[in-house]
Amino acid sequence: MREYSKYFSFFRLRFNMGLQYRAAALSGVVTQIVWGLIECLTFRAFQQADPSAYPMAFSATVSYIWLREAFFSAFRTWQTDGEVFDSIMDGGIAYELCRPVSIYNMWFARTVASRISMAALRSIPLLMVAFLLPGPFRMTLPAGPQYFVLFVITLFLGLGVTVAFCMFTYILAFFTISPQGLRMMFTSMVEFLSGAIIPLPFMPGGVRMFLELLPFAGMFNVPLRIYSGDLSGAEMLRGIGLQCFWFVTLLALGKALCRAAERKVVVQGG
Amino acid sequence: MITMEHVCKSYKVAKRNAGMKEACKALFRREVETIHALSDVSFTIEDGEMVGYIGPNGAGKSSTIKILSGILTPENGSCLVDGRIPWKHRKEHVRRIGVVFGQRSQLWWDVPVIDSFALLKDIYSISPQEYRNNMEELTQLLHLQELLKMPTRQLSLGQRMRCEIAASLLHSPRILFLDEPTIGLDAVSKLAVREFILRLNQTHKTTVILTTHDMQDIEALTRRIILIGKGRVLMDGTLEDMRELAAVHGTAGAGYSGQGERTAIHDLSARRAEQIAPAGCEPGQSDESLERIVAALYHKLDIV
Repeated sequence: MREYSKYFSFFRLRFNMGLQYRAAALSGVVTQIVWGLIECLTFRAFQQADPSAYPMAFSATVSYIWLREAFFSAFRTWQTDGEVFDSIMDGGIAYELCRPVSIYNMWFARTVASRISMAALRSIPLLMVAFLLPGPFRMTLPAGPQYFVLFVITLFLGLGVTVAFCMFTYILAFFTISPQGLRMMFTSMVEFLSGAIIPLPFMPGGVRMFLELLPFAGMFNVPLRIYSGDLSGAEMLRGIGLQCFWFVTLLALGKALCRAAERKVVVQGG
Repeated sequence: MITMEHVCKSYKVAKRNAGMKEACKALFRREVETIHALSDVSFTIEDGEMVGYIGPNGAGKSSTIKILSGILTPENGSCLVDGRIPWKHRKEHVRRIGVVFGQRSQLWWDVPVIDSFALLKDIYSISPQEYRNNMEELTQLLHLQELLKMPTRQLSLGQRMRCEIAASLLHSPRILFLDEPTIGLDAVSKLAVREFILRLNQTHKTTVILTTHDMQDIEALTRRIILIGKGRVLMDGTLEDMRELAAVHGTAGAGYSGQGERTAIHDLSARRAEQIAPAGCEPGQSDESLERIVAALYHKLDIV
């Protein structure tokens, strides 16, 4: 247990640091409210054009949009922890390698901490606004208490999957040094595949089935749809199972790759 | 005890000429050159020794420190620090060593220094008792009282370096690696750092390996000097030996036909065996002339 307490210390320090950035959080909230409204209007137009072809309850879509905006900073893959990349690129990692810690666990703890701290600052005001909005754009309560509990659990599980995936972009930076290219490629792909642009239920049949098997569906697709009851029963259990599977798999692969990278590491600069 | 035997380390560097055409060419085919940072480095350092590790820029000093601290894996050769292979037993190894990289910071930029220290306490699982004792001692000797509550980014370089050194010693390491600890410091800070290191070595018997370009550091701190150039150990001896080596080259310039550093070392040891008094070396030379001697030596050994 003592072994893990040091990673908790990393978490605590990074979390406290994240809470300092209040102005960034405020501007983030405003942007995301506007963005969320635009999305609501767009999907409203879809729904009104052909209600029979609309694949989920409209209130479920609205909840999905607001939750996605509220926890946006926890799940976006395109903004990864700059500190980690910097340390690889300017050689600051030298100090991290001469500590009695696992590099992987340390980065994992730090990334989770920075994401939770950012989301914590942004989600509360944003959800307050979302619950006060008029008419069809108002965020609804969870489908039931059991759904809410599962939503919270799968939200953290999804964060685990997201961070485990981001760890790959960190580790690959060991090999390519300048990570910008890889980051762009990975993250724009993930945006689409995870349902950040269009929720996965809107994808055509075969594509949707395939995408739901990928790790990206385990990021926020599962918790956000559980909240509104859009995902329930056997389908929900399958989704949670896949989340667990991908979390463990990505973690194991990432750790193995990290060990290989540590052996090949080149420390930049004098 | 630290032993390094026949350690080699090389890096691959992508190279290209200036210009658009060359840049386009590099898109398809990169010229990669292998740089031998270390080729066949061997030495032994006993517990409690204080060793100056010197050489021109790019000689391989930092690479050696990084191998000894478990950060880099060499291609060849063996290295044991207190019976452990640094890069294989990294986590156990780093518990017993402290490292200061003069050109980097280990303190978290945006938080008060004391927060970084508290994090290090957890990372190294330092007991509260040990942490309290070390903090007390380090705060007093390095005059940190005023600095601990300030965020790292607001410290001057000299203040920061004192904090960096303290940070590396919180877990009472048996061995301390200092990679250019006085770089960029003003005279007062330099003296404070030197005094502290000397004291640390004397009272705690901490083994200290120090790389520096400042010959005053060497003069003030270390009895033993290892001179490295182009990835090889060229001399392992005292400051006097180094002056002598420079003198050998100075006076026997005609005889030195560029056969390489091995000749130089050979000359030196031969002379030492015969107990010949060093020529052209008066005691109490000024520091500037020491700098000149070193510069001349680098030139003559052809390692610049």
